[in-house]
Amino acid sequence: MDYFWGLFISGLTKGSIYALIALGYSLVYGIIELINFAHGEIYMIGAFTSLIVVSLLLMEGMTGWGALLLSLIVAVIYAAAYGFTVEKIAYKPLRQASRLSPLISAVGMSIFLQNYVLLAQTPDFLPFPNLIPEISFLKRIFPLMTPAEIAILLTTACLMVVVTFIVKFTKMGMAMRAAAQDRMMALLLGVNVNRVISHAFILGSSLAAVAGVLIATHVGRVNFYMGFIAGLKAFTAAVLGGIGSIPGAVVGGLVLGWAESFGAGYISSDYEDAFAFFLLILILIVKPSGIMGRATQKM
Amino acid sequence: MGKKAVILLSFYFLVTVNAYGKETIKLGVAGSHSGDLASYGIPSLRAAELVVKEINTKGGVLGVPVEILAEDDVCKPEIATNTATKLISRGAHVVLGHICSGATKAALSLYLDAKIIVMSPSATNPELTQSGRYPNFYRTIASDDAQAKLDVDFAINNLKLKKLAVVHDKGDYGKGLAEYAKKFIAASRKAELVLYEGVTPGALDYSALVQKILRSGAEGVIYGGYHPEAALIVSTMRKKGMKTYFISDDGVKDETFIKVAGSYAEGVYASGPKDVSKNPLAIAALAVHRKVYSAEAGAFYLNAYAATQCLLTAIEKAKSTNYEKIGAILHREYFNTPLGKISFDRRGDAIGVGFSMYQVKNGAFVEIK
Repeated sequence: MDYFWGLFISGLTKGSIYALIALGYSLVYGIIELINFAHGEIYMIGAFTSLIVVSLLLMEGMTGWGALLLSLIVAVIYAAAYGFTVEKIAYKPLRQASRLSPLISAVGMSIFLQNYVLLAQTPDFLPFPNLIPEISFLKRIFPLMTPAEIAILLTTACLMVVVTFIVKFTKMGMAMRAAAQDRMMALLLGVNVNRVISHAFILGSSLAAVAGVLIATHVGRVNFYMGFIAGLKAFTAAVLGGIGSIPGAVVGGLVLGWAESFGAGYISSDYEDAFAFFLLILILIVKPSGIMGRATQKM
Repeated sequence: MGKKAVILLSFYFLVTVNAYGKETIKLGVAGSHSGDLASYGIPSLRAAELVVKEINTKGGVLGVPVEILAEDDVCKPEIATNTATKLISRGAHVVLGHICSGATKAALSLYLDAKIIVMSPSATNPELTQSGRYPNFYRTIASDDAQAKLDVDFAINNLKLKKLAVVHDKGDYGKGLAEYAKKFIAASRKAELVLYEGVTPGALDYSALVQKILRSGAEGVIYGGYHPEAALIVSTMRKKGMKTYFISDDGVKDETFIKVAGSYAEGVYASGPKDVSKNPLAIAALAVHRKVYSAEAGAFYLNAYAATQCLLTAIEKAKSTNYEKIGAILHREYFNTPLGKISFDRRGDAIGVGFSMYQVKNGAFVEIK
């Protein structure tokens, strides 16, 4: 039974990270129907920024939660700024163009950001210090989990609540939902759609940055390429759950994480990716709009 | 006797007179001297030339100078047979080469029929020596399975492990090593293979695999692959409180591994090429290359340097170019080369060349003697 729970937690942790990134894909897709391929790179930039801040703080003698929290805040701000800028540079000028143009622009942005970090930083893996200390009472409650895994789960759960709150109950959330349902109508009713889109990018990028920092502390390393595969998987999760749907992104992330974990655990880790994509095909055949997706209504 | 016989006879004398008039020891050098893989073959040719030059200034071998017969095989098996035929007809006494395993394999039986000893500085295919089909073949490089053999022997004999897991990254290098490790574990009959798994490089984390290792009850993991994945697997294992031994390969014996895995890297074993950088003969051989070509030596240079020395020393000691006599010397004697003091086992593999086991101690790889 320990084995089952071990795999369960492994899938849950991975799934939470996928879900955090997938939310960014869904938020943006919900409003402008663009697959923001540069999103994985924002996640990577979040992790890198946090590493730089943490290194500085460690030199100043700061450790543990304080350093992590401070670096997380800087990473979120920095990544949000990147997300905002990417949208302004690469997508906004193409708002009226055919749907293919922003998509290509997104792929280009992804390649650009990846290579920018490669050149500005390093092509090697960099170690990320282990900032989450052992907490003895948590260790007793969850003997199977490392502190980083507990932190990932708790943070993700909290952020899901926050995002749901923002989308459901704030004015900006209402504007987002309005723009998602009918952009032209929202515009006619006086909603500043450009601002709404910017906010969606900022929110999505912040979540990706949090995911980046969490995974970096969990696995203890970062490199310029880490966003590519994570972004691809998170995109899969978003499609799996129903792209454009916020609960869908979470469900998709978790389902994907478990599929990989249990597939690897009970069958063979040789085919870890195959399970994930097989599941995607299976669900899209049965329900083309994804698990939680509906063909018409969004968010 | 007709006219024809007279002409034939005169040809015969012409040939023999020529050969006896300017007698040399002929060292064939076969390999890729042009084409895509020239960078593998040229360093060996240069090594042979430098060794021969040095020996000739000291009076040559058996009192006659050594002559190099260079033939290009572009690393292609179908051309290698022509190369071999040419070298045989030009009267090569011994051959240094070939460079690529495929080309070597294609050419070997021709040399065997002609009773010529062949020594490769770079052909690593295990079959070449292990099949026993080519008693004329020797090499100064460890075969492909040498690392797997060392890793498995170390786990079973030094660490006394009974249950082993073999994990690889599905790549050519990692999976190849893992396949050999699996074979050697089965052949040893002293340990049990409890898990054999491949992982996807670049995945977010490997905790599912680590759970699997934990459940399998393996006392040691043999990993075939490179350091990014190894660092992640080791640190995940240690974070979960597992003390399982971790034994890996040259792809992991890299400073980045220690940098990324940090304190979790402590105690990890990795096999890697023997360190020859402090061997005075190696230093001298590299210095000669730098002086003559004003560039650093390329791939397999030292292996070829050692092979040429072994071949020519063996002829000198055998006092003959006779196939059996050279072979007997090669199997019996020790040779001082840039690769260290080496000898050849009965299959033709060099003993003392190849890999040693290293362990991470205080943030650095330390060779285990």
